[in-house]
Amino acid sequence: MKREEIKTLIMRVGGTNCDAETQRAFRELGAQAETLHLNEVVKRRNLMDYNALVFPGGFAHGDYVRSGAIWARLVMAKLGKELKAFIDEGRPILGICNGFQVLVEEGLLPGFEGVSAYPEASLAPNIRGYQCRWVYLKNENRGNCIFTGKVPEGKVLRMPIAHGEGRFVLPKEKEGALLAKLYENDMVVFRYCDKNGVAAEEKYPVNPNGAFHDIAGICNREGTVFGMMPHPERAFYWWQQPDWTRQTQMTQYGDGKLIFESIVEHLAKRC
Amino acid sequence: MKYRAKIEVSLKPGHSDPEGETTARLLKELGYAVQAVNVSKAYTVNLEAASLKEAKAKAEEMSRRLLANPTKDNYTITVEEQK
Repeated sequence: MKREEIKTLIMRVGGTNCDAETQRAFRELGAQAETLHLNEVVKRRNLMDYNALVFPGGFAHGDYVRSGAIWARLVMAKLGKELKAFIDEGRPILGICNGFQVLVEEGLLPGFEGVSAYPEASLAPNIRGYQCRWVYLKNENRGNCIFTGKVPEGKVLRMPIAHGEGRFVLPKEKEGALLAKLYENDMVVFRYCDKNGVAAEEKYPVNPNGAFHDIAGICNREGTVFGMMPHPERAFYWWQQPDWTRQTQMTQYGDGKLIFESIVEHLAKRC
Repeated sequence: MKYRAKIEVSLKPGHSDPEGETTARLLKELGYAVQAVNVSKAYTVNLEAASLKEAKAKAEEMSRRLLANPTKDNYTITVEEQK
């Protein structure tokens, strides 16, 4: 498939606020990207017209109940069958920040045994409240995740976070066994670390929210559904980076581009 | 028949409760002999159902589908008929 033939759907609802940047990132890379409200997708019944789906960041439905919970339940009730078909065909689904919360609440992530009826993890309130700043992430994926195809294993990336509920947790009684399963199936993608790549060991401020095992992003067993708390679309261009006025020479793009580039390249090769 | 369900969602033991911990710390600073504070969320749902049993079943379903995340939340439900 040629890049310009790739069709990406950026889904939104009331409270979504990162759709424009996400759409622009895909378009910058030559792919098509369209932003549609959930109700419009339900009305048109056209989810399968797209090659990739993104749940962007924001504060959908006011973050009421739990962040992402209402949007997730609505999607599963109205588009559950289509979404499962989308996943079964291996079409990529990306969740950024609020979108990651949605994927977890939908039961798509971690998805130890496929899509689960109830959430198998949670993005709980941060240990120290809302955090909005740049953090470092280490790619720990061994190659399963299609969203980090352009990121070498062990590479440290810099991206911003902006969330109050991003503390990844697993059920306490089996968190050790489930973590082992995440590694076994190569589902761990990003962990919070310092700029040299040393893991935060769950210590603030390097781990900004208290996430279990410093987890910032995970994918499903197949590597085709991926959620991350940091915002790659806010680290796409050089001028989005916090120190661009202090540097004498910047690269044209920020680290966030690698995520979008990975998706586009995967689709371009696949079809 | 009209019923009123009170659904309280609280954290399972072992999960951090940053809001509760912060509140406890402040209450201690204010001089109260507080050991711990746990924060929970309460929903009062007015609903229609054919019987008390059905109302309880509906409240249970709502809790499982939306109000609680089984990874970290427990919930308790009390249902009474609305007079």
